[in-house]
Formats: sequence, C-alpha cells, structure tokens
Amino acid sequence: MKELVPLLVGIPLGAAFLITILAHVRGISRLTGLIATLAVAANVAVSIALWVAAYNDPGQSVSVWAGNWDGLGVPIGIEMVCDGLARLMVITINIIAFVVIIFAASYMLRFTKVWLFYSLFLLMTGALNGVVLAGDLFNMFVFIEVATIASYGLVGFGCEAEELEAAFKYLVLGTIGSCFILLGVTILYSLTGHLNMAMVASLLPKVGSQGPAVLLAAAALLGGLSLKAAMVPFHAWLPDAHPSAPAPISAMLSGVLIKACGVYCLARLMFNVFGTSGEYAMILIVLGAASMVIGVFLAVGQWDFKRLLAYHSISQMGYVVLAIGVAGEVISRAEPDQAIAALCLFGGLFHMFNHAAFKSLLFLSSGSIEQQTGTRRLKEMGGLARRMPVTSFCCRIGALSIAGVPPFNGFFSKLIIIVALVLAGHPFLAALAVLVALMTLLSFIKVQRYALEGEPVGKAVAAREAPALMGLAMLLLAVVCIVAGLAMVPLREYLFGPAGEVLLKGSGALKAKLSTGVSWQEPLMWFVGAAP
Amino acid sequence: MGTVIYILAFALLLFGIYALVAKKNIVRIILGICILGYAVNLLLVLVGYRRDGVAPILAQGQSSVELAKQAVDPLPQAMVLTSIVIGLSTTALAVALAIRLYEKYGTFDMNDIRNLRG
Amino acid sequence: MKGMTPIVRNITAIVSCFVMLYGVYVVCTGHLAPGGGFAGGVIIMGGLVMLVLAFGGGGKAKELIGEHRCHVFDGLGALVFALIAIFGFFAGGFFVNFLPKGQVHKLFSGGTILPANIAIGLKVSAGLIGIFLALVLGCREALFRSCSAPKPPVEDFRE
Repeated sequence: MKELVPLLVGIPLGAAFLITILAHVRGISRLTGLIATLAVAANVAVSIALWVAAYNDPGQSVSVWAGNWDGLGVPIGIEMVCDGLARLMVITINIIAFVVIIFAASYMLRFTKVWLFYSLFLLMTGALNGVVLAGDLFNMFVFIEVATIASYGLVGFGCEAEELEAAFKYLVLGTIGSCFILLGVTILYSLTGHLNMAMVASLLPKVGSQGPAVLLAAAALLGGLSLKAAMVPFHAWLPDAHPSAPAPISAMLSGVLIKACGVYCLARLMFNVFGTSGEYAMILIVLGAASMVIGVFLAVGQWDFKRLLAYHSISQMGYVVLAIGVAGEVISRAEPDQAIAALCLFGGLFHMFNHAAFKSLLFLSSGSIEQQTGTRRLKEMGGLARRMPVTSFCCRIGALSIAGVPPFNGFFSKLIIIVALVLAGHPFLAALAVLVALMTLLSFIKVQRYALEGEPVGKAVAAREAPALMGLAMLLLAVVCIVAGLAMVPLREYLFGPAGEVLLKGSGALKAKLSTGVSWQEPLMWFVGAAP
Repeated sequence: MGTVIYILAFALLLFGIYALVAKKNIVRIILGICILGYAVNLLLVLVGYRRDGVAPILAQGQSSVELAKQAVDPLPQAMVLTSIVIGLSTTALAVALAIRLYEKYGTFDMNDIRNLRG
Repeated sequence: MKGMTPIVRNITAIVSCFVMLYGVYVVCTGHLAPGGGFAGGVIIMGGLVMLVLAFGGGGKAKELIGEHRCHVFDGLGALVFALIAIFGFFAGGFFVNFLPKGQVHKLFSGGTILPANIAIGLKVSAGLIGIFLALVLGCREALFRSCSAPKPPVEDFRE
C-alpha cells in the first residue's frame, strides 16, 4: 500500500503534462477530456483502495519517504503521511473532482482552449492531494501555492470583464495569505531547525511554546490559513471569485479548495504541530462564530444565485471551524473530556464532507440553470421545476441538505454540532448555530420560490433540460448526499472516527523520531555521517 | 549588526504590504506583490546565516564533514529557489490579468474597476 | 513588433548562441556548482529573448519559437521529470535515485540529478519564453484595442 500514496499526486500531475503535449498533436486533441476523466477516476480508485486497506486497523498511518530516505536516523527527507485525517480528505477531494470533471466535459464545450482547462484542473487536483498528504511544512506550502495559482487561472478562464476583475482581486489577497504562511514556516524553521511536522511538534515544547517567536509564527500561520479558508475578517475575495468562475470551478473552489488548503491545514497545524492550547482554540472559536453569523446575514439579502451560495460557503465553513475550535478548547481544559471533544470533531469533519457534497451540487445546478437561462439573477428565473426536472430535483435535494432537513446529510451534521456545543458548555454558541440554520433555511426557501417555482420570466420560458452528462454528475452528488446521511453510523466508525482521533491525539499523533539537538547543524551533521 | 538586518527585512515586508493596500494603480499593486514576496524570501535566506561561514559548495579534496562544520545552511537556499519561482509565476499571471483588465475596462485605476459589488 | 537594424541582427544571431551555450552549461553543472535547472533555464530564455527582440515578433521568429512549440516543450520537460520520479518505483521507492552515482566532482555523478536538471531547464526556458511571447506580442494589440487609449506612437529603433 505504500506505493499507492505518491500515485495520488503523481497521476493527476502526469496527466496534466501529457494533456499539454497531446493537445498540440493533430488528431489526438479530442482525447484530452477522456484522459483527464481517466486520471481522476484512477485517483478515486486509489483513494478508496487506501481506505479499504486500513479497514481492519483504522488508526494506522502510512508514511512514504521520497527517495527512501527514512533510514537515516534524522527526518531530513520529504515525507508523505497518509493517516486517518488524510484518508478522509483524499476521498472527499477525489470524489468531488471526479463528479465535477464529468460535469465539465459537457459544460466547457462552449469555451475555447478546453485542453488548458483540463490541464489546470488536473494540476489543481494533484496539488490538493499533495496538500493533505504532505508530512512537512514546506511541501504543504508549495502544494497550497500550486493549487491556488491554478485556481487563479481557472477563475478568470472565461475572460469576461467580471471574471478578470474577480481573478485579480483573488490573486492579490491570496498572495498576501501565502506570504504570511511562508513567514510562519520561516520562523518555525529558525526556531527548531526542522521542517518535518513530527519533528517540529516534538521540538516546540523544548523551545518554549509560549515564547514571542512561536506566537508570531502561530499568528502568521493563522492569518494566512484563515485567508485561504475564507474566515470572516479575511473573506473579501470569496464573494467575487466564486460566482464569477465557471460553474465546475466554483464547485471545486467552494467544495474542496477552501477545505483542503484552509480548514485542513488549520486543524493539522493547530492540533498536531502547535499542540492544542486554550488560546488557539479560542481564536478558532471566535473566527468560526463570526464567519457563521456574518456569512449568513450577508447571504440572505443576495439576489444573485451564485453570490448567495458563495456567502453560504463562508457561513458553513464557520460551522466547521467553530466545531474544531470547541473540540480544542475542551481538550485543553483542566479536566479534558475526550468523548465530548470526539463528538465535536465528528460533527465538524462530517459537516466538512457534507458541505463538499451539497455545495458542489448546488453550484453545479446553478451552472446548469445559468447555461439554459443565461442569467444568475433570481428574479429573472422562474418555473424551472417544470422545464428542467432533473436539475430542479437535484437543486431541491441540495437546498434541503444545506438547510438541515432530515433525512439528508446536512441535518445530521448540524444536529451533532449543536448537541456537542451544548454538551461542551457553550449554550450561547449553540443558540447562534440554530439561528444561523434557520436563516440558511430562509434563504434557500427564497431560492426555491424564485428560481424553481413561480412563473417564468424572460429567457426562462425557453429553458430546456441540461445535457445528459451534467444531469448525471448532479444525480451522483445527490446520491452521495442521501447516502452520507443514512449511512452515518458506519461512516463514523470507519471514516470520520479515525480522522477525529488523529486530531485528538494532539502533538503525539505524528510519529516522531526524536533528536537531541535544537539547532540546524545537527541534521546536516547526521547527513554527512559525522553525528555524535 | 545581527538584529538590524532582520529589522530591515521586516521593514521591506511592511513596504510591500503598504504598496498593496494603499495604491490605486494596478501596476503598483503588482509591484507590491513582488516586494512582499522578495521580503519573505530574504528573511528565509537570512535564517540560514552563520557567522564566518562559507558557501555550501564542496571544493576539490575537501571532506563533507569539514564542509558541514563551516558552511551556511543550504536548506533555506533550496526553499528560496522554489519560492522565487512561485513568485515569478504569480507575477506573470498578475501582469497578464492586468493587460486583459485594461483591454476590458480601459483603465488601470482600481477605483474604476468595480463591476462586482455587494 | 519591428526588428532591428541588420548590424544588430547579425551580431545577435552569433552572440545569442553563446548565451544559450552558457545556459546549457549552467544547467548541466547544477550538481557541482551554483546553478541548476532554474537559473540555467532563465539564461537560455534570455538568449531566445535576444533573438525575438532583434528579429521582430513576426515571420521567422514566430515560426521557430511559436506558441505551440513552447507548450509542447514545456509539457515534455515536466513529463520527463515526472517519469524520473515514477521510474524510481522500479528501484525501490518513489523518487529513488536509481542511476549509478559516479565519483564526486565528475560531470556524470549524482545519479538522477543531471537528467532532472536538464528536464527542469527545458521546462523553465520553454515556459518563460512562452510567457514573454504572450505578454509582449499579444500585449500591443490588446492594449491599443481598448476604446479610450491613445494611438500607439510610431516606433523607430534606428538611432
């Protein structure tokens, strides 16, 4: 199983470069879409194989060293770690990417240079897999950069005026975030002399984890990663970038990118590298609660369908970060309660997976509606329930899931988060979560009323059903929404439970090979064979 | 002498952020992005400095143990190579977007490029 | 984009070969001295930029350094690098150095470092010359197609 882990990054990247060459060879250029779909399907197969292989031993973590550099005594190589949390993220990323590329095979036919789209899309997917599998800080930063630069290009793909403006704004803000992440990595390297996450986690307490340098590194990393995750003071790029992108890219950005680059890295660093402490958990709680509330209040008043969905992304990511923050706060109390923290983490991670499914479904259905009616404004649609049955059926399932109506998956994850908040002793936060859920339901009732019911206005009169591939993609995601809700208990035991345990173990989760020195000289001396 | 250079690198970082935040012309914002990136790269290289150190290049006949005792840290230099290339590609993409924005809006002024509101 | 005078063109045609040769040297001795794929690729790109500036953007230069060729070499360089990583699997693991490592300070030492440097040099040079052509040659028409921009001044490179 060790050999399969690098393939998750290697197959999409190799296929991206292959598409770049083959698109200029006359005669094979029509196969680019097929190559891209096969590459992502192979990724899905590998990620499910990795999950099944860990069926009997859910807590195992596979670690692959590039170049077989793991026998040296000091971790100075590049490590790829596939533990419970990484398996969950890899399955999420690859399934959503597969469904989106099936949708895009039909949606992107009206653009030119479609091979460029497939190439950038595969680069983004490979880099996202690399982010969640990275075992050291700098590799994580490099893959975050590759994924976000590919997404800058994809947001502005259609080259309309609004798309270019949104892409430029996204680029500027994203670069600030990336520079702050690199600043944090720099300070951590200068303190501990290692880049490997396990080594940094074991060396930080010796350097003094409350010192001003570590706090500066934590602040820089928190700022940069919150910008990637679109938390509220740093959310300004999301309401422009996600609506203006083509619909499959909106689904990938909202469904996967802000989770893999933002929330996953926040959880991994704050829990496994810095160690859970009360202050970091409190920061995550404040960020999550603010995003939750402000996101939904800004969303209710929107009349642009995709902009409404984008603001809801901010709000639902607030739910996830709030749950993770409360779990951290529960662990760092004087008498930590593992059961409540595990419940909080299960709620947060389950909601992350569910949001990937239903938000992608909603963005794909909005893309299908936009293609047929030519508009994103809710007041210019109407009566689509009769004219586009498959699309409106899937849109209804997505809307019911995000609003938290049983038996879809959104209901279960929001219920678990609210119950866990009450059990952890934060009734005010639980009341806020219930209020936000009600406002979410309100805004999606508005969407249903104006887009699906009512009388058609303008071009909506002539709307017909979406092409078969787009309908197939949306139906696949609707099936995921329903199954994830009904199969919650076995999923908890085999998928979300191990992921939560990795975070619960805190600094001890990553297997560390301890070293005695603190300065950077020691890895170099080990490498040349002159270690004491 | 030791801390002044770190303070200057942080000052460069603040200049980059100032240019990003306070300037209205797109080209100046792109220059701010470049300065910000180079400031962080400079900090990263400075981390690996060692007083009276030599470059980490193996001379003829020198053993690697001797070099490891005298050389500056080569790992930040490798990290900075990657980071410079990332900054280069971001700048190239930003300039391409700026050219296309000029074509669509007719101006380089950020205050006039405000189609997206709310 | 107009080219330059015949004197500049003749000298550039000779000098740019030396520049590109120096770039290839920097790429190939990346494991012995400072340099390597990135720096050497940028130098090779500099040599090609000299050619484009001297001979102008249309005609022969566009045919030799066209956009299609840049894309193909770009992908080829990256694909060779990915293949080096995947071939490591046959020798034990991911990215394992499977070629014989000669003696230190020789050119053919270090196993897969030399092919990896060459692949990176190819990719960086092709990618950067593609960026240059797209920005500089596509820029003039794009900038002056906008309605409120002034007419372009008549360029005259002869001094």
